[in-house]
Amino acid sequence: MGYNCVVCIKQVPDTKRITGQAMREDGTVNRAALPAIFNPEDLNALETALFVRDRYGGTVTVLSMGLPAACEILRTSLFRGADRAILLTDRRAAASDTLATSYILSCAVRKLQPDLVFCGRQAIDGDTAQVGPQLAEKLGMTLGTYLETIELDGRHAKVRRAIGNGFEVIKARLPALFTVVESANVPRPAAVKKTMKFKKARALVEIAKAVEGDLPGAAPEIRTAEVKRRCDALEAKGLLITQWNLDDIQADLAWCGGAGSPTKVHRIQSIVLAGGDYKEFPPTDDGATRLIGELIEDHTIG
Amino acid sequence: MIEVNRQGEVWIYAEQEAGKLSDVPLELLSKGRELACRLGVPLAAVLPGHRVSDLAAALILHGADKVYLADDPLLGHYQTASYAKVVCDLIAAHRPQIVLFGATHLGRDLAPTVASTMKCGLTADCTDLQIGDHTDAQTKEQVSNLLLQIRPAFGGNIIATIVNLHRWPQMATVREGVMRLSPPEPGRSGVTVRCPVNLAGLSLPVEVLESQRRPRKVNLKGARIIVTGGAGVGSRENFRLIWDLANVLGGAVGGSRAAVDLGYVDHDHQVGQTGTTVRPALYIACGVSGAVQHRAGMQEAAKILAINNDKDAPIFGIAHYGIVGDLNEVIPRLIKAIRGGASVEQAAKTAGKV
Repeated sequence: MGYNCVVCIKQVPDTKRITGQAMREDGTVNRAALPAIFNPEDLNALETALFVRDRYGGTVTVLSMGLPAACEILRTSLFRGADRAILLTDRRAAASDTLATSYILSCAVRKLQPDLVFCGRQAIDGDTAQVGPQLAEKLGMTLGTYLETIELDGRHAKVRRAIGNGFEVIKARLPALFTVVESANVPRPAAVKKTMKFKKARALVEIAKAVEGDLPGAAPEIRTAEVKRRCDALEAKGLLITQWNLDDIQADLAWCGGAGSPTKVHRIQSIVLAGGDYKEFPPTDDGATRLIGELIEDHTIG
Repeated sequence: MIEVNRQGEVWIYAEQEAGKLSDVPLELLSKGRELACRLGVPLAAVLPGHRVSDLAAALILHGADKVYLADDPLLGHYQTASYAKVVCDLIAAHRPQIVLFGATHLGRDLAPTVASTMKCGLTADCTDLQIGDHTDAQTKEQVSNLLLQIRPAFGGNIIATIVNLHRWPQMATVREGVMRLSPPEPGRSGVTVRCPVNLAGLSLPVEVLESQRRPRKVNLKGARIIVTGGAGVGSRENFRLIWDLANVLGGAVGGSRAAVDLGYVDHDHQVGQTGTTVRPALYIACGVSGAVQHRAGMQEAAKILAINNDKDAPIFGIAHYGIVGDLNEVIPRLIKAIRGGASVEQAAKTAGKV
């Protein structure tokens, strides 16, 4: 009994804190130049999944497609209560637009056969809100956008959707994918015990890098053996973050990365604040009178 | 995905709710008209629903040459699966070159589903659309007359222009309120094409149990003058000042996201990327710092007046008029100046402006 949930999460540059020149010449973003955070609404999606598991039983698996650094948010998810974490990383997935991303994610989610998939409504780097609906379409799952609350009864979910100037309550057949909005809940903080345990959780790519640092100049087969030893040791303790590449999920490369992306960047421009003519008035009666006079004169008011 | 079809029409999705069109499809028609003229192809509106045939006339008066009407009892209430199927079937049958949707809650649910089914590109939340040529950075391939899809990205810090080279139709969602709404052209003619709807055998995965819409209390989009308060107003009580100034000007009240989050004013009033996009004749920003998300929603205003006690607030960077000072003192002075209309004209004269 219970429901197996998958939560798709994304590590995003903190777009509120853009510093320096974070753009490359080809118009793509140099993510390394920005602080990386857990996409805010993905935390709401995770909380929704944890709520479902705590109330009805089941499991919560978090899945993140991205660079190895995304292990940070996978660990954060484990601290907060996720049961399993999967890193989906592959250089061939770079430059994927929303269509290619949803295709790749669909290959990974299909392997997991979940009853429920939760995504944040949108990510703050692109704000497109497209990957959730597209992933549902690719998986042939029922789609429910803008989830605020969820109740489950057998193979159906009763969900309240926030739709701007009102709400809608729907009964959706499982398996279903829901995108979750910020107003759905307040994400729980990391639990101390889980944090102590899972702070040592690592994915293969991280272990390989650590071994490279620990055994500089060692022969490749020695390193490989050491990586395997450490992986096995972590796995025995339940601390190995699963790592998949495009081959592991049997993705068709024609639909991945740049080749699988119909949209291309034509041009990128930085925002330049252009005020044009600017007139300042003093904060006095006289200033107020002169300003209003000017607005009346050019028929802006009056 | 459909093949590139240079003779394909320009389509807009005619969003309706309970048999009523919102402004969005009409805004799309006015932009669509521009694009279709440039390409020399017809402009068509896609209208799925039940008992919505009356709406075709309004779509034609606002610029549509054709309305594809898909009327069926199963389309009585919006559902992703049924509506996406209808739109996809129409795209496959008629091979339009461009399909535009409003970036509304419904449009942002429907458009990605359609794009995923058709395996074509989709650009979200465009603020402008143009026709232009593109040279691929890697292959140096040149393609003319593509839809240039222009949108803010990265939290509004950059403007990206996106194209869709080969996997058509070229699809985009367009932010509400950013395209001009042209008035209807009386006597304009067009054709309504009744389309077969084939939903038999589609077992809808969703049942709508309850639906509640409350009409928006404020009409920010239609307002000529908007007075907006930000976090700098300080409290819900103090927000009275914003209402007072808006009242004497006959304007509407707006709030920044910070002001809404702090509970000074309801979400209906929110201006900015996650609220309403506005383009009034006069925008008065009081105690608004001017974060990029806010600016994205109001920088098209014809005149911007900023009142802030921080002379370095980013809002002054896009303002035409500025008063650096305490809004608690400045706003009453402005109200006094507006009420004293005669003396204002006098002041304008003495200032040598008239």
